Amino acid sequence: MRRRVIWGMIYGYLGINLLMFLRFFFPRALYEPNTVFNIGYPADFSLGIDQRYLMTNRVWIIREPDRIFVIFARCTHLGCTPEWKSSENKFKCPCHGSGYDSEGVNFEGPAPRPMDRARVDKDATGKLIVDTSRLYMDDPRAGVNQFNDPGAYLPV
Amino acid sequence: MAEDNGEKKGAGLLDRIRQDVADLKEVVKEKGKDELESLKEPEKTQLFRSIFRVKHDETPRNRALSVLSNVFFHLHPAKVNRDAVKYKFTWGMGGITFYLFIVLTFTGVLLMFYYHPSKVQAFRDILYLENDVPFGKLLRNMHRWAAHLMIIAVWLHMFRVFLTGSYKRPREFNWCIGVLLMVLTLLLSFTGYLLPDDQLGFWAVTVGTNMARATPLLGTEGPFGALLGMTPYNDVRFALLGGSIVDANALLRAYIWHCIAIPLIASIFMALHFWRVRKDGGISGPAPVMLESEIKEEKGHRPVILRPSGVQ
Repeated sequence: MRRRVIWGMIYGYLGINLLMFLRFFFPRALYEPNTVFNIGYPADFSLGIDQRYLMTNRVWIIREPDRIFVIFARCTHLGCTPEWKSSENKFKCPCHGSGYDSEGVNFEGPAPRPMDRARVDKDATGKLIVDTSRLYMDDPRAGVNQFNDPGAYLPV
Repeated sequence: MAEDNGEKKGAGLLDRIRQDVADLKEVVKEKGKDELESLKEPEKTQLFRSIFRVKHDETPRNRALSVLSNVFFHLHPAKVNRDAVKYKFTWGMGGITFYLFIVLTFTGVLLMFYYHPSKVQAFRDILYLENDVPFGKLLRNMHRWAAHLMIIAVWLHMFRVFLTGSYKRPREFNWCIGVLLMVLTLLLSFTGYLLPDDQLGFWAVTVGTNMARATPLLGTEGPFGALLGMTPYNDVRFALLGGSIVDANALLRAYIWHCIAIPLIASIFMALHFWRVRKDGGISGPAPVMLESEIKEEKGHRPVILRPSGVQ
């Protein structure tokens, strides 16, 4: 009995240590670009694709006559950053060749679905706030299309 | 009668013991004298002989002892069957893999003298190694090519083991250790990929860790992942990268896994692997066979009979 208690304590101690060890690998504070950021007024964007926030926040801002939306620049195949090829009017991923049209909808290569869109909102002063931690996806295989949900685009 | 006899016997024993003790006293005295003399003349000690080894006679016993009494060789069998070491059977791939591991450890440690695992300096250090450090280019290329060769050698070793049926009884456990070692080799290769912090490595690790998103249960996009509350900020990919993107934390983690943790784990499994090779009947050839006649000689205790496959 006493032996079992002692071994139980030793195993318990080691088990708790293992949990601490595992938790240790998940940091609390991250030194990464903020996922919520301000991109200015809708009037700052002319029709078409805007690359201003690609390097800093990994997004393209797409302005259409009646709405504005934000494409999160991550290939839906394996996560590389595609490139905007204005001469060919398409996004092209350099890793495995997935191609997307000017709205980020896949049409060639291994990508399984269109590129995700980041949440876009207007704050009290009329500025646009983008949140890349809240993504809207259109996955035909899963039968999910969130591109028309409120937040996936902003009517202007 | 019986008592009397016992008394006599006891007396005889006592005398003998007395004599023995007296003899021992003499011996100890002489030994003590010798030791005292040797202390007066320290140059006559065995110290130098113990450091600078002397050549022993080439007797079978000495040759066996040189393996058995050496810490580096003691995992190795003292004697190997002449047929077992034929390259025709072994291809020598396990040994070559181990040799490449030693080369990689050596060149890797040397590279560590110039490499800083930080976003600002990593790629600069690679350029520095390539262009200015004396023999830096040679060392880096040795590390790179040995790494490529090790992957090839591991696969060929596995292929040979498969072809000769060496995964079968009693070597199943060692096959499993071998599979683990192969996975560790691939992980070493993968973590080393990111360290130059160039475009190739960066995107390779981006792609590789994105696959980890699809891990069942532990990945945010894997089966049951979302049900268990996995997000890009708490799944297995996050633990690998130390963040949600391939950045400074990912570089440092890859560095530590590559240079310390995985080599350490692999070394432990390698020791196990070599030990089991010896215990399971040598590097090649069929599993140890016992003849029927040998079994009959040992009565009372039945040894496990190991037969090569196909023999009844």
